[in-house]
Amino acid sequence: MIQRVIVLTSGKGGVGKTTTTANLAVALARGGHKVVAIDADIGLRNLDVVLGLENRIVYSLVDVIEGSCRLKQALVKDKRVENLFLLPAAQTRTKDAVKPEQMKALCDELREDFDFVLVDSPAGIEGGFQNAASGADEALVVSTPDMSAVRDADRIIGMLESLGKSPIRLIVNRLRPNMVREGNMLDVSDVLDILAIDLIGVVPEDDNVVTSTNKGEPLTLNSTSPAARAFDNISRRLIGEEVPLLDVESLASTGFMARIRRAFGFKG
Amino acid sequence: MNFFKKLFCREESRKTAKERLQLVLIHDRADISPEVMDSLRRDLIAVISTYMEIDESNIELDLEREDRSVALVANIPIRHVRRNARPEEKGQ
Repeated sequence: MIQRVIVLTSGKGGVGKTTTTANLAVALARGGHKVVAIDADIGLRNLDVVLGLENRIVYSLVDVIEGSCRLKQALVKDKRVENLFLLPAAQTRTKDAVKPEQMKALCDELREDFDFVLVDSPAGIEGGFQNAASGADEALVVSTPDMSAVRDADRIIGMLESLGKSPIRLIVNRLRPNMVREGNMLDVSDVLDILAIDLIGVVPEDDNVVTSTNKGEPLTLNSTSPAARAFDNISRRLIGEEVPLLDVESLASTGFMARIRRAFGFKG
Repeated sequence: MNFFKKLFCREESRKTAKERLQLVLIHDRADISPEVMDSLRRDLIAVISTYMEIDESNIELDLEREDRSVALVANIPIRHVRRNARPEEKGQ
Protein backbone atom coordinates (compact mmCIF):
# COMPACT_ATOMS: atom_id res chain seq x y z
CA MET A 1 0.00 0.00 0.00
CA ILE A 2 1.42 3.36 -1.02
CA GLN A 3 1.01 6.08 1.58
CA ARG A 4 -0.99 8.97 0.18
CA VAL A 5 -1.32 12.59 1.23
CA ILE A 6 -4.50 14.15 -0.13
CA VAL A 7 -5.58 17.78 0.25
CA LEU A 8 -9.31 18.58 0.26
CA THR A 9 -9.92 22.06 -1.01
CA SER A 10 -12.49 24.27 -2.76
CA GLY A 11 -11.60 27.93 -2.95
CA LYS A 12 -15.03 28.98 -1.74
CA GLY A 13 -16.02 28.47 1.88
CA GLY A 14 -19.09 26.62 3.05
CA VAL A 15 -19.24 24.02 0.30
CA GLY A 16 -18.56 21.09 2.60
CA LYS A 17 -14.80 20.52 2.72
CA THR A 18 -14.73 19.71 6.41
CA THR A 19 -17.80 17.47 6.28
CA THR A 20 -16.28 15.65 3.32
CA THR A 21 -12.91 15.27 5.04
CA ALA A 22 -14.55 13.87 8.19
CA ASN A 23 -16.75 11.43 6.32
CA LEU A 24 -14.01 10.19 4.01
CA ALA A 25 -11.61 9.77 6.94
CA VAL A 26 -14.16 7.68 8.84
CA ALA A 27 -15.09 5.65 5.76
CA LEU A 28 -11.44 4.90 4.90
CA ALA A 29 -10.68 3.92 8.51
CA ARG A 30 -13.71 1.64 8.60
CA GLY A 31 -12.39 0.09 5.41
CA GLY A 32 -9.31 -1.00 7.34
CA HIS A 33 -6.90 1.79 6.44
CA LYS A 34 -4.89 3.77 8.91
CA VAL A 35 -6.01 7.39 8.50
CA VAL A 36 -5.07 10.75 9.93
CA ALA A 37 -7.19 13.82 9.21
CA ILE A 38 -5.31 17.12 9.53
CA ASP A 39 -7.22 20.32 10.20
CA ALA A 40 -5.16 22.91 8.32
CA ASP A 41 -7.61 25.73 9.01
CA ILE A 42 -5.53 27.38 11.69
CA GLY A 43 -7.48 29.91 13.74
CA LEU A 44 -10.86 28.62 12.54
CA ARG A 45 -10.77 24.97 13.45
CA ASN A 46 -13.85 22.86 12.89
CA LEU A 47 -12.84 19.37 11.86
CA ASP A 48 -12.66 18.43 15.57
CA VAL A 49 -16.32 19.40 16.04
CA VAL A 50 -17.53 17.62 12.92
CA LEU A 51 -15.68 14.48 13.99
CA GLY A 52 -16.97 14.84 17.57
CA LEU A 53 -13.45 14.92 19.04
CA GLU A 54 -13.40 18.50 20.33
CA ASN A 55 -13.21 17.51 24.01
CA ARG A 56 -10.13 15.40 23.64
CA ILE A 57 -7.70 17.92 22.16
CA VAL A 58 -4.55 18.62 24.15
CA TYR A 59 -2.02 19.81 21.56
CA SER A 60 -2.38 21.21 18.07
CA LEU A 61 -0.59 21.15 14.74
CA VAL A 62 1.16 24.40 15.64
CA ASP A 63 2.48 22.88 18.90
CA VAL A 64 4.00 20.04 16.85
CA ILE A 65 5.58 22.41 14.35
CA GLU A 66 7.00 24.65 17.08
CA GLY A 67 8.35 21.63 18.93
CA SER A 68 6.21 22.14 22.05
CA CYS A 69 5.14 18.49 21.87
CA ARG A 70 5.87 15.34 19.95
CA LEU A 71 3.72 14.47 16.94
CA LYS A 72 2.27 11.39 18.65
CA GLN A 73 1.11 13.50 21.62
CA ALA A 74 -0.94 15.80 19.39
CA LEU A 75 -2.75 13.03 17.52
CA VAL A 76 -6.27 12.46 18.87
CA LYS A 77 -7.31 8.83 18.53
CA ASP A 78 -10.94 8.19 17.64
CA LYS A 79 -12.43 5.62 20.03
CA ARG A 80 -15.30 4.65 17.77
CA VAL A 81 -13.25 3.53 14.77
CA GLU A 82 -9.96 1.68 14.70
CA ASN A 83 -7.12 3.47 12.95
CA LEU A 84 -8.62 6.95 12.82
CA PHE A 85 -6.68 9.95 14.14
CA LEU A 86 -7.13 13.72 14.10
CA LEU A 87 -4.37 16.29 14.09
CA PRO A 88 -6.25 19.41 15.21
CA ALA A 89 -5.57 23.00 14.17
CA ALA A 90 -4.67 25.64 16.73
CA GLN A 91 -7.62 27.88 17.48
CA THR A 92 -5.80 30.84 19.00
CA ARG A 93 -3.16 31.29 16.32
CA THR A 94 -3.17 32.55 12.74
CA LYS A 95 -2.18 30.97 9.46
CA ASP A 96 1.20 32.72 9.63
CA ALA A 97 2.22 30.34 12.43
CA VAL A 98 2.98 27.68 9.81
CA LYS A 99 5.18 27.74 6.71
CA PRO A 100 4.67 25.49 3.66
CA GLU A 101 8.02 23.71 4.21
CA GLN A 102 7.06 22.87 7.80
CA MET A 103 3.73 21.52 6.68
CA LYS A 104 5.43 19.41 4.04
CA ALA A 105 7.84 17.99 6.59
CA LEU A 106 4.92 17.18 8.89
CA CYS A 107 3.01 15.38 6.13
CA ASP A 108 6.11 13.38 5.22
CA GLU A 109 6.53 12.34 8.85
CA LEU A 110 2.90 11.22 9.01
CA ARG A 111 3.26 9.34 5.75
CA GLU A 112 5.59 6.93 7.55
CA ASP A 113 2.81 5.78 9.87
CA PHE A 114 -0.42 6.16 7.92
CA ASP A 115 -2.01 4.84 4.74
CA PHE A 116 -3.94 8.06 4.21
CA VAL A 117 -3.18 11.60 5.31
CA LEU A 118 -6.21 13.82 4.56
CA VAL A 119 -5.58 17.55 4.79
CA ASP A 120 -8.65 19.76 5.28
CA SER A 121 -7.70 23.06 3.64
CA PRO A 122 -9.10 26.45 4.68
CA ALA A 123 -11.14 28.40 2.13
CA GLY A 124 -9.34 30.96 0.02
CA ILE A 125 -6.27 30.91 -2.20
CA GLU A 126 -3.77 32.54 0.12
CA GLY A 127 -1.29 31.27 2.71
CA GLY A 128 -3.63 28.83 4.43
CA PHE A 129 -4.39 27.01 1.20
CA GLN A 130 -0.73 27.04 0.15
CA ASN A 131 0.20 25.50 3.51
CA ALA A 132 -2.46 22.81 3.26
CA ALA A 133 -1.50 21.90 -0.29
CA SER A 134 2.27 21.92 0.20
CA GLY A 135 2.59 18.42 1.64
CA ALA A 136 -0.01 16.75 -0.59
CA ASP A 137 0.53 14.54 -3.63
CA GLU A 138 -3.03 14.63 -4.85
CA ALA A 139 -6.13 16.79 -4.41
CA LEU A 140 -9.86 16.47 -4.04
CA VAL A 141 -11.71 19.61 -5.06
CA VAL A 142 -15.12 20.03 -3.45
CA SER A 143 -17.71 22.18 -5.22
CA THR A 144 -21.43 22.68 -4.97
CA PRO A 145 -23.29 23.09 -8.28
CA ASP A 146 -23.64 26.85 -8.00
CA MET A 147 -21.92 29.58 -9.93
CA SER A 148 -19.65 31.05 -7.29
CA ALA A 149 -18.47 27.66 -6.01
CA VAL A 150 -17.70 26.40 -9.54
CA ARG A 151 -15.91 29.60 -10.46
CA ASP A 152 -13.73 29.41 -7.34
CA ALA A 153 -13.13 25.69 -7.93
CA ASP A 154 -11.82 26.56 -11.39
CA ARG A 155 -9.35 28.99 -9.88
CA ILE A 156 -8.17 26.49 -7.27
CA ILE A 157 -7.79 23.73 -9.91
CA GLY A 158 -5.49 26.03 -11.88
CA MET A 159 -3.40 26.62 -8.77
CA LEU A 160 -3.28 22.91 -7.87
CA GLU A 161 -2.16 22.13 -11.42
CA SER A 162 0.65 24.64 -11.25
CA LEU A 163 1.70 23.15 -7.88
CA GLY A 164 2.01 19.82 -9.68
CA LYS A 165 -0.69 17.94 -7.72
CA SER A 166 -1.94 14.83 -9.47
CA PRO A 167 -4.51 13.46 -9.73
CA ILE A 168 -6.87 16.37 -9.06
CA ARG A 169 -10.39 15.01 -8.78
CA LEU A 170 -13.77 16.62 -8.24
CA ILE A 171 -16.49 15.98 -5.68
CA VAL A 172 -19.82 17.61 -6.53
CA ASN A 173 -21.41 18.19 -3.15
CA ARG A 174 -24.94 19.13 -2.07
CA LEU A 175 -26.58 18.40 -5.39
CA ARG A 176 -30.35 18.89 -5.16
CA PRO A 177 -31.96 16.25 -7.38
CA ASN A 178 -35.31 18.03 -7.59
CA MET A 179 -33.76 21.28 -8.77
CA VAL A 180 -31.64 19.45 -11.31
CA ARG A 181 -34.71 17.66 -12.59
CA GLU A 182 -36.48 20.98 -13.04
CA GLY A 183 -33.51 22.43 -14.89
CA ASN A 184 -32.85 24.96 -12.17
CA MET A 185 -29.48 23.73 -11.00
CA LEU A 186 -26.29 22.93 -12.88
CA ASP A 187 -26.12 19.16 -13.21
CA VAL A 188 -23.00 17.04 -12.87
CA SER A 189 -22.29 17.01 -16.60
CA ASP A 190 -22.50 20.82 -16.73
CA VAL A 191 -19.98 21.14 -13.91
CA LEU A 192 -17.66 18.62 -15.55
CA ASP A 193 -18.00 20.40 -18.90
CA ILE A 194 -16.91 23.61 -17.29
CA LEU A 195 -14.14 22.38 -15.00
CA ALA A 196 -12.79 19.59 -17.26
CA ILE A 197 -11.35 17.40 -14.52
CA ASP A 198 -12.11 13.85 -13.38
CA LEU A 199 -15.10 13.25 -11.15
CA ILE A 200 -14.71 11.02 -8.11
CA GLY A 201 -18.19 11.38 -6.65
CA VAL A 202 -21.50 13.16 -6.32
CA VAL A 203 -23.05 13.80 -2.92
CA PRO A 204 -26.75 14.71 -2.76
CA GLU A 205 -28.03 17.36 -0.38
CA ASP A 206 -29.05 15.48 2.75
CA ASP A 207 -30.54 16.84 5.98
CA ASN A 208 -28.80 14.05 7.87
CA VAL A 209 -25.52 15.91 7.40
CA VAL A 210 -26.78 18.68 9.68
CA THR A 211 -28.02 16.33 12.39
CA SER A 212 -24.85 14.25 12.25
CA THR A 213 -22.74 17.37 12.71
CA ASN A 214 -24.97 18.39 15.64
CA LYS A 215 -24.13 15.09 17.27
CA GLY A 216 -20.49 14.96 16.23
CA GLU A 217 -21.04 11.64 14.49
CA PRO A 218 -20.01 11.62 10.82
CA LEU A 219 -22.61 9.87 8.67
CA THR A 220 -20.19 7.23 7.46
CA LEU A 221 -19.91 5.90 11.05
CA ASN A 222 -23.24 4.12 10.87
CA SER A 223 -25.75 5.75 8.54
CA THR A 224 -27.14 4.50 5.24
CA SER A 225 -28.56 7.88 4.20
CA PRO A 226 -27.90 9.05 0.61
CA ALA A 227 -24.97 11.29 1.59
CA ALA A 228 -23.46 8.53 3.73
CA ARG A 229 -23.57 6.12 0.80
CA ALA A 230 -22.10 8.75 -1.51
CA PHE A 231 -19.16 9.44 0.84
CA ASP A 232 -18.61 5.73 1.33
CA ASN A 233 -18.51 5.22 -2.44
CA ILE A 234 -15.94 8.01 -2.82
CA SER A 235 -13.71 6.36 -0.20
CA ARG A 236 -13.88 3.12 -2.19
CA ARG A 237 -13.08 4.87 -5.46
CA LEU A 238 -10.08 6.46 -3.71
CA ILE A 239 -8.58 3.01 -3.17
CA GLY A 240 -9.20 2.10 -6.78
CA GLU A 241 -12.48 0.18 -6.58
CA GLU A 242 -14.90 0.61 -9.45
CA VAL A 243 -18.12 1.83 -7.87
CA PRO A 244 -20.95 3.13 -10.07
CA LEU A 245 -22.13 6.68 -9.39
CA LEU A 246 -25.12 7.04 -7.09
CA ASP A 247 -28.27 7.52 -9.17
CA VAL A 248 -29.02 11.01 -7.93
CA GLU A 249 -31.94 11.37 -10.35
CA SER A 250 -33.76 8.59 -8.52
CA LEU A 251 -33.64 10.65 -5.32
CA ALA A 252 -35.82 13.36 -6.88
CA SER A 253 -39.38 13.22 -5.70
CA THR A 254 -41.55 12.64 -8.71
CA GLY A 255 -45.18 12.92 -9.59
CA PHE A 256 -47.78 15.61 -9.70
CA MET A 257 -48.22 15.92 -5.93
CA ALA A 258 -44.52 16.51 -5.44
CA ARG A 259 -44.64 19.30 -8.00
CA ILE A 260 -47.64 20.82 -6.26
CA ARG A 261 -45.83 20.68 -2.93
CA ARG A 262 -42.82 22.38 -4.44
CA ALA A 263 -45.01 24.98 -6.13
CA PHE A 264 -46.32 25.82 -2.65
CA GLY A 265 -42.76 26.24 -1.49
CA PHE A 266 -42.18 22.93 0.28
CA LYS A 267 -38.77 21.57 -0.44
CA GLY A 268 -38.97 18.16 -2.07
CA MET B 1 -50.18 33.23 -11.48
CA ASN B 2 -46.84 32.55 -9.93
CA PHE B 3 -48.24 29.31 -8.55
CA PHE B 4 -49.29 28.06 -11.98
CA LYS B 5 -46.04 29.22 -13.46
CA LYS B 6 -44.15 27.11 -10.95
CA LEU B 7 -46.46 24.17 -11.55
CA PHE B 8 -46.44 24.06 -15.31
CA CYS B 9 -43.53 26.03 -16.68
CA ARG B 10 -39.94 25.02 -16.56
CA GLU B 11 -37.76 28.06 -16.26
CA GLU B 12 -34.37 26.64 -17.04
CA SER B 13 -32.06 28.85 -15.04
CA ARG B 14 -29.48 26.08 -15.35
CA LYS B 15 -28.73 27.04 -18.95
CA THR B 16 -28.27 30.67 -18.03
CA ALA B 17 -25.93 29.70 -15.22
CA LYS B 18 -23.83 27.51 -17.50
CA GLU B 19 -23.52 30.13 -20.22
CA ARG B 20 -22.64 32.88 -17.77
CA LEU B 21 -20.08 30.70 -16.03
CA GLN B 22 -18.40 29.69 -19.27
CA LEU B 23 -18.05 33.31 -20.27
CA VAL B 24 -16.75 34.42 -16.89
CA LEU B 25 -14.22 31.58 -16.80
CA ILE B 26 -12.83 32.37 -20.23
CA HIS B 27 -11.82 35.75 -18.89
CA ASP B 28 -10.74 34.37 -15.50
CA ARG B 29 -8.47 31.85 -17.18
CA ALA B 30 -7.03 34.15 -19.79
CA ASP B 31 -6.96 37.03 -17.31
CA ILE B 32 -7.94 39.49 -20.05
CA SER B 33 -10.33 42.33 -19.29
CA PRO B 34 -12.83 43.71 -21.83
CA GLU B 35 -10.72 46.91 -22.01
CA VAL B 36 -7.66 44.89 -23.02
CA MET B 37 -9.73 43.02 -25.61
CA ASP B 38 -10.86 46.35 -27.10
CA SER B 39 -7.35 47.63 -27.26
CA LEU B 40 -6.18 44.33 -28.84
CA ARG B 41 -8.92 44.67 -31.45
CA ARG B 42 -7.84 48.24 -32.29
CA ASP B 43 -4.19 47.23 -32.62
CA LEU B 44 -5.03 44.22 -34.77
CA ILE B 45 -7.11 46.40 -37.10
CA ALA B 46 -4.29 48.92 -37.37
CA VAL B 47 -1.67 46.29 -38.24
CA ILE B 48 -3.80 44.34 -40.69
CA SER B 49 -5.00 47.52 -42.39
CA THR B 50 -1.44 48.22 -43.58
CA TYR B 51 -1.66 45.10 -45.72
CA MET B 52 -5.29 44.80 -46.64
CA GLU B 53 -8.53 46.67 -46.45
CA ILE B 54 -10.80 44.94 -43.97
CA ASP B 55 -14.46 45.14 -43.08
CA GLU B 56 -14.09 46.57 -39.59
CA SER B 57 -17.77 46.35 -38.71
CA ASN B 58 -17.83 42.57 -39.22
CA ILE B 59 -14.77 41.54 -37.28
CA GLU B 60 -15.29 38.70 -34.85
CA LEU B 61 -12.69 38.54 -32.13
CA ASP B 62 -13.27 36.07 -29.34
CA LEU B 63 -11.59 33.96 -26.74
CA GLU B 64 -12.71 30.39 -27.24
CA ARG B 65 -12.34 27.63 -24.79
CA GLU B 66 -11.54 23.96 -25.18
CA ASP B 67 -11.19 21.83 -22.04
CA ARG B 68 -8.79 23.81 -19.91
CA SER B 69 -7.18 25.97 -22.59
CA VAL B 70 -8.27 29.16 -24.27
CA ALA B 71 -7.63 30.29 -27.85
CA LEU B 72 -7.91 33.70 -29.46
CA VAL B 73 -10.04 33.26 -32.57
CA ALA B 74 -10.35 36.11 -35.05
CA ASN B 75 -12.55 36.21 -38.11
CA ILE B 76 -11.63 39.25 -40.18
CA PRO B 77 -13.39 39.75 -43.53
CA ILE B 78 -11.12 41.21 -46.22
CA ARG B 79 -12.45 43.74 -48.74
CA HIS B 80 -9.32 43.75 -50.84
CA VAL B 81 -5.59 43.23 -50.55
CA ARG B 82 -3.44 46.31 -50.98
CA ARG B 83 -1.27 45.62 -54.01
CA ASN B 84 1.54 47.93 -53.02
CA ALA B 85 1.69 47.11 -49.29
CA ARG B 86 5.25 46.69 -48.02
CA PRO B 87 6.28 45.98 -44.44
CA GLU B 88 8.89 48.78 -44.41
CA GLU B 89 6.21 51.33 -45.22
CA LYS B 90 4.65 50.73 -41.84
CA GLY B 91 3.91 53.87 -39.91
CA GLN B 92 4.42 56.19 -42.87
